[in-house]
Amino acid sequence: MSDIPANLKYTQTHEWIEQRDDGSIRIGITDHAQNLLGDMVYIELPEVGDTLEAGDECAVVESVKAASDVYSPITGEVVAVNENLADNPDLVNKDAYNDGWLFALNPSQPEELEDLLSAEAYELKAAEDEH
Amino acid sequence: MPFIPHTEEDVCAMLDSIGASSIDALFDEIPEALRIAELSNVPAACTEMEISRLMSERADRDHQGRCFLGAGAYEHHIPAAIWEITTRGEFYSAYTPYQAEASQGTLQLIYEYQSMMTQLMAMEVSNASLYDGASGLAEAILMAVRANRKSKSRRILIPKTINPVYRQVSKAIVRNQGINLEEVDFDTTAGSITTATLPEHPGDITAVVIPMPNFFGVIEDVDALTDWAHEHGALVIAAVNPTAMALLTPPGKWGSENDQQGADIVCGEGQPLGIPMASGGPYFGFMCCKQQYVRQMPGRIVGRTVDMEGKPGFALTLQAREQHIRRSKATSNICTNQGLMVTAATIYMALLGGQGLQRVAAASHRHTRQLHERLIAIDGVSAVFNRPFFHEAVIRFDAATVEDVLSGLAEHNILGGYNLKHSYPDLGEALLVCATETRTEADLDDYIQALQDVLCDTTE
Repeated sequence: MSDIPANLKYTQTHEWIEQRDDGSIRIGITDHAQNLLGDMVYIELPEVGDTLEAGDECAVVESVKAASDVYSPITGEVVAVNENLADNPDLVNKDAYNDGWLFALNPSQPEELEDLLSAEAYELKAAEDEH
Repeated sequence: MPFIPHTEEDVCAMLDSIGASSIDALFDEIPEALRIAELSNVPAACTEMEISRLMSERADRDHQGRCFLGAGAYEHHIPAAIWEITTRGEFYSAYTPYQAEASQGTLQLIYEYQSMMTQLMAMEVSNASLYDGASGLAEAILMAVRANRKSKSRRILIPKTINPVYRQVSKAIVRNQGINLEEVDFDTTAGSITTATLPEHPGDITAVVIPMPNFFGVIEDVDALTDWAHEHGALVIAAVNPTAMALLTPPGKWGSENDQQGADIVCGEGQPLGIPMASGGPYFGFMCCKQQYVRQMPGRIVGRTVDMEGKPGFALTLQAREQHIRRSKATSNICTNQGLMVTAATIYMALLGGQGLQRVAAASHRHTRQLHERLIAIDGVSAVFNRPFFHEAVIRFDAATVEDVLSGLAEHNILGGYNLKHSYPDLGEALLVCATETRTEADLDDYIQALQDVLCDTTE
């Protein structure tokens, strides 16, 4: 069973969302998703300053098996990207929720956060996938 | 298990289970107007005898006359060994094999091809080839839009000095993808683009296409243009003739001394490398790029690796963005390549070597210079551009029409060149001529003599 921290929010498309004290949110892909994709070889990130809408394709995680899109869960402006992934894409495999974060947004429509999945709801979805 | 395609009963059972009334019903979503009802231009089936006769007749037309016609496809000497080796059973396939890694010989050949192309172009990466030069440019434009993430405009500057067919094909491929191709005029004295013919306040540009040599054979000022593009945040797409690159500065080194960033993407037509002109195809396109853009490059790439026992081997690499994995989001729908043409080109480059290719390029340049010099010495013929050229040059007739000249030369069994009037009406009665290493001194004498005769006849 994969790791699904209770303090995070989730999407149907396997992103996790962490609300940070400064009002920004951090986004990554779940442990379950990295497990399905396998060893990461390349991560393509948005640029700081990009404006994203909820649902936009904004990053690509490329493993030995496939290249998959990452969708922005929230509307907002990109305020940081995880530069360490350029040389160490495997951080996503090793530590999906901390060192493997992808990018951070300043949400412009915080109410969108209400629509995200709770850890319990995502756990059900992940379990469904496995059947 | 016998291989029998579905029977009438199978078809009915399948239609039943998906709830369709007929096979035609599966195509209902395609509007009636877009469907081809009858292929009225396709003749009825021919017998083998009829078809081989038809093909021989067509093939014979290919070898009529001495060829002074280039404009994108060039007659070069092809040593007999090249196609003898290329058509050996071990190589003779137009396709990257399925289960590619089982065909180590084919993969090694593609790997060698990529290595040679990167050397010739001074670039870091080459793919395993594309369909042809024109679609190669279109792919390069699509790639530039993906690769230049700082630019949001999807504007591409494309000079009018590039092959008109390439412009047309690129337009057809990218026009429905929100990409703007903006044409750049050339300096009519130089026959090339200059920084003066480029827009003064260009704004956000995604990429600039730089042909070398250009369609008129003229040497473009590639260093200045490369600097200009990079200063404006645009990528440089080089569209080059591979033979010329044996003599000229390769695109990887374009740019001024202090800013030798080079071209970002290189593409072109591979036909001059051992492929017969053959009425226009099959040819192959090539593409190289900087390492940093490799993930945006279309097509296949073969990499060298080691197996579980540490023995060297070859494998298709960077496949994660191809269509069998990414579907509609693939970087391109080119998952195969012109394998057989690439085989011939690889053997051609290997047989000639760097020096041999240089000699081909130098002889082609010398012959065209001689031809051009002698042509413009004729009364009623003048030079059109004042910049240096590679193995093609433009001349103009003061009193005769290009059509009359070409048909007159044809009677002397000479293919006199490419009529520029349709694509470049402003140039007047302009003809593009080419003399590769295959044109002898005697061929040049005949051309000059024949042209003098024809001009006498037409102006009388």
